[in-house]
Amino acid sequence: MARKVSTARKLTFTAIAWVIALLIFFPILWTILTSFKTEAEAVASPPSFVFFDWTLENYAEVQARSDYFKHFSNSVVISLGSTLFGLLIAIPAAWAMAFSPTKKTKDVLMWMLSTKMMPPVGALIPVYLIFRDTGFLDSRSGLVFVLMLINLPIIVWMLYTYFREIPGEILEAARMDGASLAKEITHILAPMAVPGIASTVLLNIILAWNEAFWTLNLTASKAAPLTTFIASYSSPEGLFYAKLSAASTMAIAPVLILGWFSQKQLVRGLTFGAVK
Amino acid sequence: MLTPILFWEEDMTLKTMLLSAVAALTLSGIAHAETLTIATVNNGDMIRMQKLTDDFTAKNPDIKLEWVTLEENVLRQKVTTDIATKGGQFDIMTIGTYEVPIWAKQGWLLPLDNLGADYDVDDLLPAIRSGISMDGKLYAAPFYGESSMIMYRKDLFEKAGITMPDAPTWDFVADAAKKVTDKSNEVYGICLRGKAGWGENMAFLTATSNSFGARWFDEKWNPQFDQPEWKNTLDFYVKLMNEAGPPGASSNGFNENLALFQSGKCGMWIDATVAASFVTNPKESKVADKVGFALAPDTGLGKRGNWLWAWNLAIPAGTQKAEAAEKFVAWATSKAYTELVASKEGWANVPPGTRTSLYNNPEYQKAAPFAKMTLDSINSADPTKPTVKPVPYVGVQFVAIPEFQGIGTAVGQQFSAALAGQISVDQALKAAQDLTTREMTKAGYIK
Amino acid sequence: MATLHTRSHARLMMAPSVLLLLGWMIVPLAMTIYFSFLRYNLLMPGMEEYAGLMNYRFFLTDPAFFTALANTLILTGGVLLITVIGGILMALLLDQPMFGQGIVRILVIAPFFVMPTVSALVWKNMFMNPVNGLFAALAKSVGLAPLDWLAEVPLLSIILIVAWQWLPFATLILLTALQSLDEEQKEAAEMDGAGFFSRFIYIVLPHMARAITVVILIQTIFLLSVFAEILVTTNGGPGIQTTNITYLVYAQALLQFDIGGASAGGIVAVVLANIVAFFLMRMIGKNLEA
Repeated sequence: MARKVSTARKLTFTAIAWVIALLIFFPILWTILTSFKTEAEAVASPPSFVFFDWTLENYAEVQARSDYFKHFSNSVVISLGSTLFGLLIAIPAAWAMAFSPTKKTKDVLMWMLSTKMMPPVGALIPVYLIFRDTGFLDSRSGLVFVLMLINLPIIVWMLYTYFREIPGEILEAARMDGASLAKEITHILAPMAVPGIASTVLLNIILAWNEAFWTLNLTASKAAPLTTFIASYSSPEGLFYAKLSAASTMAIAPVLILGWFSQKQLVRGLTFGAVK
Repeated sequence: MLTPILFWEEDMTLKTMLLSAVAALTLSGIAHAETLTIATVNNGDMIRMQKLTDDFTAKNPDIKLEWVTLEENVLRQKVTTDIATKGGQFDIMTIGTYEVPIWAKQGWLLPLDNLGADYDVDDLLPAIRSGISMDGKLYAAPFYGESSMIMYRKDLFEKAGITMPDAPTWDFVADAAKKVTDKSNEVYGICLRGKAGWGENMAFLTATSNSFGARWFDEKWNPQFDQPEWKNTLDFYVKLMNEAGPPGASSNGFNENLALFQSGKCGMWIDATVAASFVTNPKESKVADKVGFALAPDTGLGKRGNWLWAWNLAIPAGTQKAEAAEKFVAWATSKAYTELVASKEGWANVPPGTRTSLYNNPEYQKAAPFAKMTLDSINSADPTKPTVKPVPYVGVQFVAIPEFQGIGTAVGQQFSAALAGQISVDQALKAAQDLTTREMTKAGYIK
Repeated sequence: MATLHTRSHARLMMAPSVLLLLGWMIVPLAMTIYFSFLRYNLLMPGMEEYAGLMNYRFFLTDPAFFTALANTLILTGGVLLITVIGGILMALLLDQPMFGQGIVRILVIAPFFVMPTVSALVWKNMFMNPVNGLFAALAKSVGLAPLDWLAEVPLLSIILIVAWQWLPFATLILLTALQSLDEEQKEAAEMDGAGFFSRFIYIVLPHMARAITVVILIQTIFLLSVFAEILVTTNGGPGIQTTNITYLVYAQALLQFDIGGASAGGIVAVVLANIVAFFLMRMIGKNLEA
């Protein structure tokens, strides 16, 4: 099947692709490098790339000032919690849409997506007041709930497009054989749906991890995730590039690593039904 | 897979319990320690305070401190939303001189009556104290206070053959800025704020406009941007910055200019007096031993272009932990705290601008060459009579009405655009006049 | 296939999602509509009074409104243009045989994982800053005057930052679509002597149409409410050159604390979003129909 490719051609593409990929990745690389410089070196002109005195002092200072692990664990709980909670609610809905579609299915789906287009600021004060009255301010459960709602349309849609690719005939056949609904799900559908669910989970963890409006405005300290951690380094007095870089690296590293390791799973389901 | 859900449920039950039986929960709580949640801004002095809290918790073992340190704009949004909706997320808030009178009037702040016998309220600088008091009661305690002044490079002035007087005029400053500028060596005669924001460029420009005889509103709350005084102010500022300012000035705020000055790229910098301790700190500043100070300039009309500001600690009226909170506020703004910082970090690093005793302290005078100029600047600002012509508001570099944040920032955007060269000075003033009129009409000031 | 029985089942299964989203939409929306008819400044409690359509009148006649509307469209359109075209090119490139394809792909998708606030901070300070930024250092090293990105070309700068974040997403989806194209189909076309461009236009592009639609739809949803990037870099300025609708509403709500005005702005934004949603729906309806 595979065509024979001349080595010269392959080398050319390799070179071009690597240059472009490195350019795209460079801002992240630069941030990581800067986090190991001293503040003075971080603004040195001309900038130095590798030949500087590597130091961990920024990480030590950031950790001393703000408890990274508290913010980190809040981020983990909030992003995982909201994703799983959302999954719980979205699977039945996506299921129904995929296997018992009606004329209105598409409209419902589109309506769900359109709720995502509202600017969240418009609703901040109402939501803040509701949270205050229900005691959800600065609580992880409150954030789990809000982020679940925000990402629910995306979850439903991703699952829907994925479920739709599962041929309905298999279900019919199983039903003919007298399989119960539970069996139908665990034996036939689950294995087929797992890749789709996996990538849905991954995408939503990323979206929830990076959400910076509600997480910033509805928390104070107890439930504050990494987005607030960053907000305390964004423009302090004096030189701050190195500390900002260290804090940034700490905030994005977990998701970056997760994303890289699960790249294949993420990509497989990230098609939103775009591939037939 | 299950852990997060469990977490969530645990949290839920906790909430239910909290709602139904707050008292029971508190009593049966594991630790008896009271936790104070403190919202503060990420400025150097506050970060230092955060590092020194061991001293407080050692003296008050039953009080635990939870810090929420945020960048100024984010902080302001959060504490304002919280206090206005009575969200109750914070026990102590760091707020500015702008907020204190507005919030105190709403009854949102606890009057600080029990700061302790050795607190010595009368030691607070009168100008600072008057800005945060209402009907003779203190509604916040000043953590550090500031005015603005000129910081300049003595070496560059000497090289250019000019001498900075203690109280220069704007014409002198403009002239000196041009002489000191050496763009090929990245030395810019003057660095001024350009980044839009009521607390950024508008703080500087409003204070400057006072010295040009301008005002925000006349006695009937009519905006005054169509008056010649404002045109003079803005014309002067834009022209000066184009000739002798650094590139990208329209996005420079306090922090950006501080970095520029510390790296030796500014001949003069007119900004907060607290910056003096940063620019003279040899650990941070390349030009630490070459900095001189002078009062903010004037045009001979009787007002100088300096502002008055303090970051204060205040206690929201709804807190359950008033007593512990007041203990902390008293600790952080006391003379003893000043001495604590002095013993750990040196006299030059103590939070300035709040107490007379500090300025009488010979050790401080020796360690801080900027002490006298800071004190003179603070004393020369009068928030109750900020302008040449009469005005219906208080506040030197702001107008102490709730609408000002929004209006000030929107006007600041226009002036920032004029500095960036995107629009002309006249267009900026016209836009400022129109939008201020709109907002004041909407808010019901202009009938 | 859908019997009456399964249909009621289906309703039941959809109920939680639909009800929750309906609640999430209606409760704040109802409160927002209510607030939008009040003169209500958060900083002046107890002074709320019925204000009729005043808030709407002020929001819609705000000279900033149309600029903000235009900025929203330019920002959304600009980012879509860059990411779709860039995504197609990147997908074509990554589809070629090369060494270390896995690593290249990892590097290319990385920006998608970065928090918008972090990427905005990094771009603003470490790249676009005219004094200490890397772009300035580059410009100086070749003897050019450094460009003050966020002051001189503010909207373009923001478009670039946002496009950087979304390019990986487009690339990934388009690459998956491209790879699903039958190898034999491509080869057959090649045999017929079709050149690269005619192959691209007649075979590859139509095959990717669906994927492109999906990219546009998903990104539009997120791009219409771009906020963190603007707040961190330009605060909507200089002037109002980078103020989009979301930022305008934000300024009303959290700078002005004018809840009445912000609510009216929020409602206007919802209406605009629904108009966009309507058009998107028709577009998707055509292209995504199974």
